[in-house]
Amino acid sequence: MSLNDMSFKIAGEAGQGIESSGAGFAQALARGGLHIFAIQDYMSRIRGGHNFFQIRVAPHDIYSHTDEVHLLLAMNKQAIEEHRAEIAEGGGIIYDQGLEVEAKALEDEGIRAFPSPLVEIAQEVGGHRVMVNTATIAVATGITGYSFDKIAGVIEKNFAKKGKSVVDSNLKVAEVSYQFAQETYTREFEHCLEVVDAPPRMMIHGNHAFCLGALASGCRFISAYPMTPATPIMEWMAARAAEYGIVVKQTEDEIAAINMAIGANHVGVRGMAATSGGGFSLMVEALGLAGMTETPLVVVETQRPGPSTGFATRTEQGDLRFILHASQGDFPRLVLTPGTVEQAFEAGVRAFNLAEKYQTPVIVLYDQFLANSFRTVELDDFDFEGVKIDRGELLSLEDLDKLEGDYQRFSLTESGISPRALPGSHPKAVYPVTSNEHGPDGHLWEDRENRIRMMNKRMRKLETARGDIWPPELYGPEEAEVTFVAWSSTYGPLREAVNRLNKEGTSAKMLHLPQLWPFPKERVSEILGDARRIIGVEQNYSAQLAGLIRQETGIEVEANILKYDGRPFSVDYILARFQKEDFDGQSY
Amino acid sequence: MVKATDFTVYQKPTWCPGSPACGDFMILGALKLAVAELGLLPHQILISSGIGCGSKLPDYMKVNGFQGIHGRALALATGAGLANHELVVMAVTGDGDGYGIGGNHFLHTMRRNHNVTHIVENNQIYALTKGQYSPTSSRGFVTKTSPLGAIEPPVNPLTLALASGATFISRTFAGDRDHMVRIFKEAIQHRGYALVDVLQPCITFNKLNTYDWYRARVFDVEEGGHDRGDKSAAWELAQSWGERIPIGVLYQEERPTYEDQEIALQAGPLVKRELKKLAPEQVGALKQEFV
Repeated sequence: MSLNDMSFKIAGEAGQGIESSGAGFAQALARGGLHIFAIQDYMSRIRGGHNFFQIRVAPHDIYSHTDEVHLLLAMNKQAIEEHRAEIAEGGGIIYDQGLEVEAKALEDEGIRAFPSPLVEIAQEVGGHRVMVNTATIAVATGITGYSFDKIAGVIEKNFAKKGKSVVDSNLKVAEVSYQFAQETYTREFEHCLEVVDAPPRMMIHGNHAFCLGALASGCRFISAYPMTPATPIMEWMAARAAEYGIVVKQTEDEIAAINMAIGANHVGVRGMAATSGGGFSLMVEALGLAGMTETPLVVVETQRPGPSTGFATRTEQGDLRFILHASQGDFPRLVLTPGTVEQAFEAGVRAFNLAEKYQTPVIVLYDQFLANSFRTVELDDFDFEGVKIDRGELLSLEDLDKLEGDYQRFSLTESGISPRALPGSHPKAVYPVTSNEHGPDGHLWEDRENRIRMMNKRMRKLETARGDIWPPELYGPEEAEVTFVAWSSTYGPLREAVNRLNKEGTSAKMLHLPQLWPFPKERVSEILGDARRIIGVEQNYSAQLAGLIRQETGIEVEANILKYDGRPFSVDYILARFQKEDFDGQSY
Repeated sequence: MVKATDFTVYQKPTWCPGSPACGDFMILGALKLAVAELGLLPHQILISSGIGCGSKLPDYMKVNGFQGIHGRALALATGAGLANHELVVMAVTGDGDGYGIGGNHFLHTMRRNHNVTHIVENNQIYALTKGQYSPTSSRGFVTKTSPLGAIEPPVNPLTLALASGATFISRTFAGDRDHMVRIFKEAIQHRGYALVDVLQPCITFNKLNTYDWYRARVFDVEEGGHDRGDKSAAWELAQSWGERIPIGVLYQEERPTYEDQEIALQAGPLVKRELKKLAPEQVGALKQEFV
């Protein structure tokens, strides 16, 4: 018997409502005080194909999914074929009794078969086949002995917009299905769920966590072109545009998106562009424009596998080197690489402050795995209270009143940061900026000495920004035998892998970097300089972080666990590769 | 009283001198006169530009200038205007800049009717790169990259603008200062996107479309009795080129600007909103969405 510790997988075709049913079910579990981690696996198509939504439930905080599935909610026959091998001992499959499935063959494999009249209940009780999802989830709820009220609550919330009759029909379908499961299967299933007393928690994915941080940090402008997996950022902002006074501009292309965001930031509004690697490729020229004109700018890039279109809906961390070097010439940039939903929130807050403080582009780089995966967190885990809006060296109207002589937009300073005045705000705030090299007053100037002074001034900002580096996180015993290094979303599965290793007798720790540029040289050298065995864990082909660590510290990552199949790391996967010493290459 | 000289800066234009000189000098002079006559102050104006001879204009005029990258002036102007719609926002581009590489932004800015005055210094040549044919070069035009004559027909910015829903479509000529001043003023005063296609002789690389060539051909449509509200008549006129070249305001209509319709701007310019921490009730409501 297990209690409140299992994984569900809801699988079927695109268009069958896998994502909405999965998220609804997960929400119902979260509302019962259970901890959730859920991943979405979907194909780049509107109908058909094969998608799934996998929910892991635990009685304690969790950071990742695991590979075993205890209850598969198969929305079609293909789902059974695809996932039967993942069913854990004592696990089972719920499917419509009309599907041609050999229950006996399943039972022979040790899988409990739970054929149920899902379509029949949806049609006869609800009046429409579409309610088969509600029926399936209600059966899962019944089989695991979980609270019907929690499911009912989510149905009421999610269908409220569609009207009372839709809510009522779904509730009826859920009730009949739940009863069927309770009467037919409950006693047969060894994985149970029950509501525990816990404070309410948020269940949120990386994109929305980043949005909350951005909104809290005063982002009031977003220009973007739809691109998976970044699109939910623009959609979420659009839904709140009226309430919070946010301009959300869907553009003709990503080039327009970044140039609009630069225009908005230039006149003083905190704004961002959101995209994935392909869209970022189009933004590259303008990224340098922001660097040269010292315009604050936030770009969020949610990676998916490349090159080119790659896997449109899947995950990878293959854009790090690209982001670090994108656009011609040298200019300062900051790169944040959050790994959890808490860090995604914090990245949203930090990015807009850093952009204004250093008057340069800040790129928030994560990936589809973090963007689309849900996790439950405590309400206080997102520190809204601690948010400080720091606009950096921004001249007030009083400062400008007192200003003697002409305002110099790019005045030479020790920190490299020139006090900024917003165009349009004051008769003294009149100045040109140009993508050409320019003098301190902003006018184009080809003088060679000036060129050196201006380049040095801009690059000094990067040195100044070293004082603001988001510190790496070290997790696990200090004297550990093995030190894993990771960035962005690998945090979750790696953290749990480290826990398991320590429990099983291998002493291990994780070094996770939520900021990769400017690179936290001193801290990383200090930690890795003493490390016995360093193993990189990255979702790309070329161990891009390992290369960066060597470049910046001279320290070699001994071996790497790399993955580039577009599917996220799981705890089990990392452990298996580590234990088999299945490493990519010998040394980087 | 605001004077044209209030917009003077120390920076000297690098355009080709001569008699007559590069049309860009004439455009700069006329634009200073136009904004002065409208009583605008330097800090109330933002001019975004791209790359090319004409796109150097913001560096030679005391306004808030933003010389961005090639082809993107309209997008940058759009962002600036959305962030502060009290600014007088203009975009100055060349023909390659505005109609070629920036063609996508041209189409979409027009249909959205952003409140931007778009001045295109149309010299039918890539001049700063020293003489290649441009999207508006005539068919058969011989340049270094079209030694046997350009094969492609030119873009017609006026019919393109009519088809794309621009609400103010005009053309003027760099050899007629008074006409430029009048059209610039009208374009700036128009609420919504305003196109001013300026026929601008390049004295160095375009030996065909010279000041004299234009002088013999241009005529103001409204002097000829054209009604600027008549879209069909505008369509006819817009196609005229060769012996008789129409200038003046071909078309104007009143339509709400994008900014007028943007809900987030109803409470005033975005930039004037106080930037502060979210209120506890807002934080509570936001968290509740995910519970």
